[in-house]
Amino acid sequence: MKKRLTCVECPKGCVLSVDIENCMVVDIIGSECPKGKKYAADEIENPVRILTSAVLTEGLSLKMVPVRTDKPVPKNSILKAMEEVKKARISKAVPAGEIIIKNLLNLDVNLISTREVKRV
Amino acid sequence: MVERDLVIVGGGPAGMAAAISAHENGVKDILLLERDQYLGGILNQCVHTGFGVEYFKEVLTGPEYAERFIKKIKEIPEIEVSLKTFVVNLATDKSLTYLLPGKMETLRAKTLIMATGCREKTREMAHIAGTRPAGIFSAGLAQKLINVEGLLPGNKVVIVGSGDIGLIMARRFTLEGAKVKGVIEIENVSSGLVRNVVQCVEDFNIPFYLRHKITRIYGRDRVEKVDVVQVDEKGTEITDSKFEIECDTVLISVGLIPENELIEMAGIVLDEKTNSPVTDEVNKTSIPGLFVCGNSFKVYDIVDTVTRDSLEAGRLAAEYLL
Repeated sequence: MKKRLTCVECPKGCVLSVDIENCMVVDIIGSECPKGKKYAADEIENPVRILTSAVLTEGLSLKMVPVRTDKPVPKNSILKAMEEVKKARISKAVPAGEIIIKNLLNLDVNLISTREVKRV
Repeated sequence: MVERDLVIVGGGPAGMAAAISAHENGVKDILLLERDQYLGGILNQCVHTGFGVEYFKEVLTGPEYAERFIKKIKEIPEIEVSLKTFVVNLATDKSLTYLLPGKMETLRAKTLIMATGCREKTREMAHIAGTRPAGIFSAGLAQKLINVEGLLPGNKVVIVGSGDIGLIMARRFTLEGAKVKGVIEIENVSSGLVRNVVQCVEDFNIPFYLRHKITRIYGRDRVEKVDVVQVDEKGTEITDSKFEIECDTVLISVGLIPENELIEMAGIVLDEKTNSPVTDEVNKTSIPGLFVCGNSFKVYDIVDTVTRDSLEAGRLAAEYLL
């Protein structure tokens, strides 16, 4: 089976033609860089995304701290992961890159801050 | 009047890159004016990934991309940063007046780089008929409310236009638990990047209406519903194609327009259609030693190219000055 995919790794958005047999990728054409091949294989066999959002703070210089997962999470876990993100609160000053939720949903990824926040 | 070698207006990605580059090219007296209380500009509310792929060869979020430049600027003593500083007047001789908390100051810049960014087109510019209830936001304003202010502006959302910010907000509202009932695009392709159509709309099965437009917004106090019609390739409404979408929020994502009121004040002619300065060369204007870079020069798709061209603006400013 042939399937057309658009690579989302960078703003170029290469259109990839993927040859699939038994849910496994056997050939990929159209990718301008190696990222596209990996993306196409993952997208068919195990689609993943980096989750980005923002977490509420208590008594800090910013009301919201932007966050992301340090590794991509399976696409079908994203909405569930968001439930955890919404429950989280940050009440101490953190630099960018600090772990906010460790091992999110036991997915072996951490939720990390992407901006420094200070005490008021 | 106080004179400074180089003044840069705007502390977003363009202004920061211009400042760093001017310093690297030998300018020793740089004043960077920013109206917000932080450097970073619009990047601070762009919490999604996709920045830096070309310039840093890695995938960053907006705040992470900004942080790399903010850090660099803090390490350069020759760059003086003035926050909460709002420029209100610019004259042809490059003298400018600005407001700071509690005072107003005037100085003359030997060289000036304007990096004032762009603004979103409004509902009025998209010509949508109907009432004027609460619940109509530009996509970028909704982005600021959610990501910076921690407020969710609505629960049932229709997005007009498919620019990148609109697409990104379709995902953002969905992640926060709101229902995005449709993205309405008058053309037959999205005006945003393909990757955003895939990862923001298709990933969440959000209805994407190409060759459609909103013809009317209903609601007295709050948005209640919108009329949507199909259009042909000339944009003409197709008879009997009208349907309604019930919603409490309408986001407008129909494009960006450079913010250039200040250089217009100084006598620089702007293109009537694009609002960019009329010029044949990137970053240059009709006033010698007055440069414009980033989204106020022209609207860019990605920040990496803003950085690239703004580094060049810093170099041009140094060349003019030295």
